[in-house]
Amino acid sequence: MLVGEVKSIRELYGLDLIAPGHRACAGCGALVGVRQVLMASRRPLIVVSATSCLEVTSTPYPQTMWKVPWVHLLFENAATAASGIEAALKVLSRKYGRQEHYIIAFGGDGGTFDIGLQALSGALERGHRFLYVCYDNEAYMNTGIQRSGATPLGAATTTSPVGTKIVGKTQQKKDLLEIVAAHRIPYAATASPSHWKDLANKVRKAQSYDGPSFIHLIAPCTRGWYFDPSQTIKVARLAVETRYWPLYEVENGRYRITHPVPNPKPLEEFLKVQRRLSHLLLPENAEMLERLKAYVNERWERLQRLSVCFA
Amino acid sequence: MSLLQPKMLRPMSTSEAIAYAVKQANVDVIAAYPITPQTIIVERLSEYVNNGELDAEYVAVESEHSAMSACVAASLTGARVFTSTASQGLALMHEVLYVASSLRCPIVMAIANRALSAPINIHCDHSDVMGSRDAGWVHIFVENGQQAYDRVFQAFRLAEDEDVLLPVGINLDGFFLSHAVEGIATISDSKAATFLPPRKAKYYVDSSMPMTFGAFALPDWYFEIKHQVAIAMEKVPKKLEEVEKLYYQMTGRIYGHVGAYKTEDAEVGLVCAGSAAGTAKYAVSRLREKGIKAGLLSIRLFRPFPVESILPHVKDMRALVVMDRAMSPGAPSAPIGQDIKTMLYDAGLRRNIPVVNFVYGLGGRDISAAEFEEIVTKVAKDVKARRRIQRGTIYWGLRS
Repeated sequence: MLVGEVKSIRELYGLDLIAPGHRACAGCGALVGVRQVLMASRRPLIVVSATSCLEVTSTPYPQTMWKVPWVHLLFENAATAASGIEAALKVLSRKYGRQEHYIIAFGGDGGTFDIGLQALSGALERGHRFLYVCYDNEAYMNTGIQRSGATPLGAATTTSPVGTKIVGKTQQKKDLLEIVAAHRIPYAATASPSHWKDLANKVRKAQSYDGPSFIHLIAPCTRGWYFDPSQTIKVARLAVETRYWPLYEVENGRYRITHPVPNPKPLEEFLKVQRRLSHLLLPENAEMLERLKAYVNERWERLQRLSVCFA
Repeated sequence: MSLLQPKMLRPMSTSEAIAYAVKQANVDVIAAYPITPQTIIVERLSEYVNNGELDAEYVAVESEHSAMSACVAASLTGARVFTSTASQGLALMHEVLYVASSLRCPIVMAIANRALSAPINIHCDHSDVMGSRDAGWVHIFVENGQQAYDRVFQAFRLAEDEDVLLPVGINLDGFFLSHAVEGIATISDSKAATFLPPRKAKYYVDSSMPMTFGAFALPDWYFEIKHQVAIAMEKVPKKLEEVEKLYYQMTGRIYGHVGAYKTEDAEVGLVCAGSAAGTAKYAVSRLREKGIKAGLLSIRLFRPFPVESILPHVKDMRALVVMDRAMSPGAPSAPIGQDIKTMLYDAGLRRNIPVVNFVYGLGGRDISAAEFEEIVTKVAKDVKARRRIQRGTIYWGLRS
């Protein structure tokens, strides 16, 4: 059960681990992605969350959305909390026969790229068996859309506004998956809720390894990216189809693009549907647009070369 | 204690004594980060784990913030958890300390008290623990290695009591105690196991009873949840008394909430915490020889502050000298001074018992018995001459 490759969406029916009625915004990409991850996950499962939109919207005391044991401690320590639970269950099972569990830790991009990077690195290096899922909405959405290390070049946030002198964020996005892969963990991958089968199978694969694994999940945010709540999955799909969000995996060091995009749509298609980025299409921001395109292209080409190397 | 044969005493540093007790307490998870002067504790524990003498998981985390985070998570799963830190390490843990107490995790932590930067200094004072005294932890001060060893068992038993469920800090003075070797009377493994059977948590993280730990509570619930920590804290003095009684029956050793020496007829009381208590005790006996009616009160249970245990000793005194090994810049008194003054105010003894508050020994500066004698002699003279006792905070032992 819940170990083989997912071929049909029917296989995931009835496997929901979250109850309806959570308080996330309509069209929240994070909640859709998290739900898919959980449906694909092996059981028994323990979930850990960093302080984030996910934590705030899912557990307004005395209510909870979680049908599984769920632990939240702080902002920057989801990976460490997962380490502590894994270590404890290991020894309790050895000494007193307690059941071992699969563990998934969820963190947003702020809690993973920035404030939680040290804790994540430590947990990966120590080799605990857990899956860390970074749901990336590319800014601090919970506190009101501030720029993070995950915010792309040019994006408007409340701390990188489009001003008359400086237009949006002036730095490129941090390449987190490469940092994670440099820990030589067994499995790391990107995923998108628009490609649910790819995502589900990456979860299954990640959990098959007796060690740390990592999934970097794009999570379009209607409030922070400024698009209609009905368009979440379309925006996520555009990210993949424009090669902005390459779907790939690093399995035991071997790179593989899991969803080739031979005929990419122009990046502008992805930018124009979101007000945080659409100003890059204005003539005065042409240089910035070129820099963003170069980042996207270089990343894709590098991944392609690496995939060929390991084919 | 007096009946012990010398051969039954094992020479150990206080750090080693703590590690040995933690091993005998059969802990499940240790998550720790090295920092002077507590490092010996975790070094010994690592040896116990790697030599198969202790079946536990040692999580060698990448910071103290993660040490406490891993401890909280492990504790929530029902494990018995220990860690150890000092100084900057405790400061780095700060936000996690509150999570530990509010999620009611019975973690035991040894704190080898050390000064805080800047300037960087590795030696003893109590600035570290005083900076986190409001985090909802029970705090115990020890005066020697034997107390440290014994308190480990008592701390787990107290912390894991369903009516308490609070984390406990065992404070030992860095270097003065952590590195001092003395003969320690140990208990047998079987006695340790009887006194401290495996932890039986009522609620824990497990799919057999899926629960949400660490929810988001707004103004409608937050206050009540925090208040439960205060309620649990109120139960600690009596619970510790019960735990100590049981431990006394097994070992013949009992320490109480405060260590009192010649307080019965004392006119001037000397109040301190930690390793200075031994020096102060010697000073008090010297003062008695000189005819000065001095008494000593060593604060052993610091949080909750054991008002009921202190008051009977001091109610008839004519002055108190409170020695703080930490400062609280800008505050009317240093930390223990604040507690003592509040206690006297509430007891209606504010006018009867003036308090002189000294800040001493920061950054490991030593204090001698002669200095204690000098301080108490001066106050005793003022009392006798019915002169006004100097108020405010006095910084003792500074270079002139």
